[in-house]
Amino acid sequence: MTLRVRWGTVAIAAVPLTALVLFFVYPVVGMLARGLWPDGSLDLGAVTEVLGRPRTHRVLWFTVWSAGVATLVSVLAGLPVAFVLHRLRFPGRDLLRALVVVPFVLPTVVVGVAFRQLIAPSGPLGSLGLDGTATAIVAALVFFNISVVVRTVGAFWEAIDTRREEAAAVLGASPWQVFRTVTLPALVPGIVSAASVVFLFCATSFGVVLTMGGLRYSNVETEIYLLTTQELDLTGAAALSILQLVVITALLVLAARVRRSPGPVDRTTKRLPRPRLRQLPVLLWAGLVIVFLMAPLASLLSASLRQGDTWGLDNYRALGTTGAHNALLVPATTGLANSLQIAMVATVIALVLGSCVAFLVSRPGGGRPMGVLDGVFMLPLGVSAVTVGFGFLITLDKPPLDLRESALLIPIAQAMVALPLVVRTLAPVLRSVDDRQRQAAASLGAGPLRVLLTVDVPVAWRALIAAAGFAFAVSLGEFGATSFLARDDNPTLPVVIYRLIGHPGAENFGMAMAASVVLAATTAVVMFAVQRLRVASVGAF
Amino acid sequence: MSGLDVRDLTVRFGATAAVDHVDLAVPAGSVVAVLGPSGCGKSTLLRAVAGLEVPASGTVSYDGQDLAGTPTHRRGFALMFQDGQLFEHLDVAANIAYPLRLRRRSRADQRARARELLALVGLEGYADRLPATLSGGERQRVALARALAVEPRLLLLDEPLSALDRGLRERLAGELHDILRAAGATAMLVTHDHDEAFAVADRMAVMREGRIVQAGTLEEVWSRPVDGWTAAFLGYATVLTGDRAARLRELVAPGEPWESVALRRSALRVDPTGPLTARVEEARVTPDQIRLQLDVDGAGSLPGVADPGSDVRVGARVRVSIDTSRIALIPSDLSGVEP
Repeated sequence: MTLRVRWGTVAIAAVPLTALVLFFVYPVVGMLARGLWPDGSLDLGAVTEVLGRPRTHRVLWFTVWSAGVATLVSVLAGLPVAFVLHRLRFPGRDLLRALVVVPFVLPTVVVGVAFRQLIAPSGPLGSLGLDGTATAIVAALVFFNISVVVRTVGAFWEAIDTRREEAAAVLGASPWQVFRTVTLPALVPGIVSAASVVFLFCATSFGVVLTMGGLRYSNVETEIYLLTTQELDLTGAAALSILQLVVITALLVLAARVRRSPGPVDRTTKRLPRPRLRQLPVLLWAGLVIVFLMAPLASLLSASLRQGDTWGLDNYRALGTTGAHNALLVPATTGLANSLQIAMVATVIALVLGSCVAFLVSRPGGGRPMGVLDGVFMLPLGVSAVTVGFGFLITLDKPPLDLRESALLIPIAQAMVALPLVVRTLAPVLRSVDDRQRQAAASLGAGPLRVLLTVDVPVAWRALIAAAGFAFAVSLGEFGATSFLARDDNPTLPVVIYRLIGHPGAENFGMAMAASVVLAATTAVVMFAVQRLRVASVGAF
Repeated sequence: MSGLDVRDLTVRFGATAAVDHVDLAVPAGSVVAVLGPSGCGKSTLLRAVAGLEVPASGTVSYDGQDLAGTPTHRRGFALMFQDGQLFEHLDVAANIAYPLRLRRRSRADQRARARELLALVGLEGYADRLPATLSGGERQRVALARALAVEPRLLLLDEPLSALDRGLRERLAGELHDILRAAGATAMLVTHDHDEAFAVADRMAVMREGRIVQAGTLEEVWSRPVDGWTAAFLGYATVLTGDRAARLRELVAPGEPWESVALRRSALRVDPTGPLTARVEEARVTPDQIRLQLDVDGAGSLPGVADPGSDVRVGARVRVSIDTSRIALIPSDLSGVEP
């Protein structure tokens, strides 16, 4: 019996592990090998030389500084929003919950463009003189990551038994004392978990820093990109990639240590309270943060509706063309169709692999091996998408694995990016199933498959659909890896947007804005549908 | 008046009134139990008194002062939840000292008071334990000590013993009674368990579907349940009405105006000199007595008892007497009538 279960476990683990090795480890190692064995022999002197460069130090410092500040601001800005969206009841709350997640799944390119649109000298906030500053980069990183804090801490906040806070209040604690002595200690694991993930995202952020940093600011990720594509210094790129990998592995281990899933939410407790007047400061704070989140989107929308001095839908009509001066090889609408199709395939792949991983890591008594498995599948979150994308290019273009012509190349790359998010959505829900229910079912004569179908699936199907929607939205917006792999005659929508911005002309810019709005709206609709499923673990870490 | 005074209180959840025009008094120094089945609104009443629910109408006042504008944490009450709601990240001493810390008492004060309270609830030496390491009964004692720490002017107890198993519940109920008296506490207890109410309180109010149907001392409520439903809820085994009650009329208080009669299980006893006759339908031996089901002539099937060792067989005809201290007369039975 035990032996059979073990074999089953190995079989289920084999599928995602094989995929991870082939489509993540192999490309990344290939990419690193190219840099470390430039002439067929290991050259570690070059690595230490790269790490000793003053420019490398500057890049490292900026990476740590920008990620640290952005993490701190994200947490401070996200906490009140988490409270308002997860502990109060008011009309439109579900819509707001979905809108808050939209920045996270937006293509980084769109985020960069939306921010530039807002703070460019000609934009609504041009007078602040933020264009091209480090402050603007941090603001964009915060914009991108607030939802991680809101979702993660919000899930913890929802799980707190309100009677514990009431117990404190009845014992004489003022609302602030209740927060400090009861609520905050219960939120700390969620805050630490969210902060470590946000730091990870900020430190490996690519699209935002690339579009907003210009030549003045560069983090490790964009530096790898510049070294690889502009200076062809593969040794330098490999050295930085290794450094990044080491730091990120350490961070993931740390995050796994502190990660604790919020307790089960008691769905039978009474309805959440409505906002009260004395909560006005928190409400205002949350309102300001939401305005901050919506402003770039609104600015994007208004730019997409303007052509010169007139308003209209011309930019949207232009999406059926290849742009001014034929900036594109195919109409933008083809890019949208491609994106949808690719995202669909990527979702299926991520869902199959993610379900296997989530199933395994959520079995009780898995112990250390399962903890490691859990952590290994988080790696794609933190490894440079540039390294992955470029690694795909140089390793998957020749036997034994030649996928250059395969329609699956981009979906596979995107699936690897979405995989950790699928696992993070599914595993907590599966873990919440009391193992005694499985034992009860087994004792009544249910085989392993029937236990799965009658105990796990009824609990997990919502999470499964939610994870699918989330993976779909993330795939739609994926840019880092896709930008290396998409060909100009078959681009995805984010790639189309990047191309359009790179070409001169107001028409192309207008088209880029319209395409960004279409992309943002599509992801928003998907996320709203996901939101309706009420799975707390979506977008939480 | 001194103490808690609830007047005409109504709490609504949407269209339903969970608490419906309730009047209740808890005089200073007394322990009042609100007894009712789950869903009757007793916990909502307690929460409204604590300031955790906003009433739709009516007043909650203490020592004559209306508490409508006073937030929960300024009412000077303490609430003990059914499952204790200990703060898991604090040890036992820190949990108990929590309300003292809020009031910025000195550390020495906090330690001394925590020790004193641990002794009161019988948990000396538990100061450094974490709540997760405690048993259910120990957790409830810690929760009680925490609630008593600042000598609240009113202690609110929400099913304090219901989460515990039977033996522990019975023992703790007695201890709770003694601890509350020793602390001189004014307390309001809500429970669905009549044994708990009788063991802990000196007055009780029976609540049903949002309304208080009867209130008084334990003795008053117990000996004169207001209707059949209340009698059944208080633990009477049977309520007889109509013709079946009439057969008993000449035997118990024929002159008084009553329509129904509630009998405890031991009200009918096999007695060779008894006035009633019956046939034994069932007999089951328990350590204290023999429990019977009797078909009483003229009154139908009723529970009864016989002394251990007496020779009763199923099918045998026996004579039966009524112990009038184990019955209650009910003036008019409204149990079937919806309010």
